[in-house]
Amino acid sequence: MSEESARKDTPEQAEFRTYCRQWLQANKPGEPTVRLPQSPLEIMTPEQLSYLQAWQKSAYDAGLIGCDYPVEVGGGGRKDCQKVANEEMLAARTPFLPNVIGLGMAAPTVFYHAREEVKAELLPRLFSGEDIWCQGFSEPGAGSDLANVQTFAERKGDKWVVNGHKVWTSLAHFAEWMIILLRTDKSHKYDGLSYFVVPIRAALGKGVTVRPLIKITGETGFNEVIFDNLEVDDRYRLDELGKGWQVAMTTLLHERGAGELQTPRAGGMKNKSSHTISSSAVIDLAKTTRRGAGAAADDPILRDKMMQQLIREEGLKQNQRRSRVPALLDHPMRLLLQNKLLASEIAQSLGSLALEVEGMSSSLYLADPNAPAGGQWPLAYMNSYGMTIAAGTSEVQRNILGERVLGLPKSK
Amino acid sequence: MAQPNNYGFGEEAALLKESARKFFREHFPADKLHALVAADHNPDRPPVCQWDRELWQQLVDLGWTMLAVPESAGGVGMPVAAVAGLVEELGRAAFPCPLLGTLSATYALVACGAGGEAALADIAAGEAATLALTNQHGDWNPAATEVEYRDGALHGTAWFVQDAAKCDKLLVCASTASGFGLFWLPAGAQGVTLEADAIVDLTRDQAHIRFDGAAATEVSGNALTALDSAFPAIWTLLAADMVGAAEWQLQTTVEYVGTRKQFDHPLGFFQAIKHPLVEVMVQIDAAKSLVYNAACACDTEQEKAAQYAHMAKAAASDMAAYACSRSVQSHGGIGFTWECHVHLYFKRQKHSQMLWGDGSWHRARLADIVIGAAA
Repeated sequence: MSEESARKDTPEQAEFRTYCRQWLQANKPGEPTVRLPQSPLEIMTPEQLSYLQAWQKSAYDAGLIGCDYPVEVGGGGRKDCQKVANEEMLAARTPFLPNVIGLGMAAPTVFYHAREEVKAELLPRLFSGEDIWCQGFSEPGAGSDLANVQTFAERKGDKWVVNGHKVWTSLAHFAEWMIILLRTDKSHKYDGLSYFVVPIRAALGKGVTVRPLIKITGETGFNEVIFDNLEVDDRYRLDELGKGWQVAMTTLLHERGAGELQTPRAGGMKNKSSHTISSSAVIDLAKTTRRGAGAAADDPILRDKMMQQLIREEGLKQNQRRSRVPALLDHPMRLLLQNKLLASEIAQSLGSLALEVEGMSSSLYLADPNAPAGGQWPLAYMNSYGMTIAAGTSEVQRNILGERVLGLPKSK
Repeated sequence: MAQPNNYGFGEEAALLKESARKFFREHFPADKLHALVAADHNPDRPPVCQWDRELWQQLVDLGWTMLAVPESAGGVGMPVAAVAGLVEELGRAAFPCPLLGTLSATYALVACGAGGEAALADIAAGEAATLALTNQHGDWNPAATEVEYRDGALHGTAWFVQDAAKCDKLLVCASTASGFGLFWLPAGAQGVTLEADAIVDLTRDQAHIRFDGAAATEVSGNALTALDSAFPAIWTLLAADMVGAAEWQLQTTVEYVGTRKQFDHPLGFFQAIKHPLVEVMVQIDAAKSLVYNAACACDTEQEKAAQYAHMAKAAASDMAAYACSRSVQSHGGIGFTWECHVHLYFKRQKHSQMLWGDGSWHRARLADIVIGAAA
């Protein structure tokens, strides 16, 4: 992958690639002393967090994060170089970056919609991972129907007073800041929404309460956040009053991998959980899993299912490649808007297939010494529902694709 | 060898695809197809071969039938990725013609080396050809051929020969004293009897061909090796045809469910209709991406070509089955009638789904490559 892309590099990218490669060779962190979770959204302990934060900070200080943002906001001022850094970090099998919501969603939104001085204030510590960010969109009554947000911000001079309840908030227990969709006008559903960034940690006990929610897997990392007369300065409003829905689209577009700015990405470090990422891991599992007199890998039906999985994965990979070949595209957003739907559903079918390969041993969970792959597959399978539900459920994604790409009438 | 990021699909390829699209849109819209092939609805009708020979001649004159013939043999020598673009457009139009057969024969002949050159010159001169190698049970392994070459002539029957009645030449796989050979002969040669099959698909013709001592030129004494190296391109181009046809099925169905109203709403308002059509689109896109990846592998990464072509044809076969089912079902009552054009593509796609191996056939072979043969 990395070699293939290297041949298409601009001079700037080529020079930067060499730099990244050398830096990573010398500075890639060593084996973690703590058990790392499968993704940043399952970070449970301060030890896990500080190991990952130290890694993000060193990568940022070296210039591998925020490469394409302007220098004035803490970026690297380069052109199309984040993708190069990502490729090199993935190839070097580094740990993942903990500030995933900050980098993937908050940063582009703040960059496109905040005041200049707010960008300069917030983005450097976001890029470095010193400030963890979380996202306050969902509410008990606003899931797929996101525009039904009721958490209210009332104007008091140049301040806003926020009251309400956000749920399913990953990383809120570690977060300094939150991007948040608030209602500023109760008489208009969409046009009554405004978008802010609000402090969380600094306001704990002073208008903000964070309560953990336990996930289906038993893990924490998930929270509800209660706002009780939290005061927020008007400078932290993004874009105009009543434009919250449009700003939220910037966030969602980037969250779904269809935005303008490349999200910094790292990962691939070998640990127990890194086995749960592709069909090749399931094929290896099938080779070592006994079924009847032979191996699960000899079972014709499992072989067929594993090949279906492999073909789906290759299809997504090739979609991403084809999305950059204009002559082979019928509609500019058609492939991009499929990314989130496909990635999450492919991860889910992978987990499901792994459990089928494991057979009865898939009943064994993390603490069981006999669990294949340390019990990571049942964990991965359950966690995959986070992916097919969060950031717009698969059903919402299909509505978006049907309406925006196929031009079908809008569903209620 | 690594593949180029853009599949090697450059300006020339884009231009070819665009002109093919325009050509079929202007000269062969769906109502013309319907008028050409669906005049007789009788399910008991005898086998027929209905095609627009003049329009085919225009394709020949444009040089499209010799695109894959190497320049050294008088052809154009275009990469498979570019040819796939043309075939995708041909599939979108469901144009009845022997192009796929001619291209398939071309790749097999190219794999024959020097022995194939004279035959390639025939194709470069505008002749149409097709492959004849399948037995009566539809076995896609050419070693299962029922045709035998002995005493200087072909004997036996080749089954499921595509667009046979439209072809000038046949490329036959036959067992020989020393293994398997490929043989080139005129479709109308002495000792060749074409027995047309009565098939469901109205956009093709198919036949079983009896050889009773037909004289033929041996173009390769090692047919299995030559075909093995040609199959990836053959599977990939059929999959490209299916992708184009499926896009027609999708767009036609989307248009219908956007206008037809029930319960005060267009059908497409309802998620029971909308979501399956999105799924059709998603499957088309994966198959299409896999087609160009496989085509590019045929051009630049031969050692991976079979693996990627299995993926492309497996994805295209399953995708086509789903597109067929949703296109008829979403059209409701009208979709069940002969007058609605949807059935033409339904039938072409069901035929293509099985042709050269269905999804599970390709996945079984892919598994042998990726996992290793089962114990």
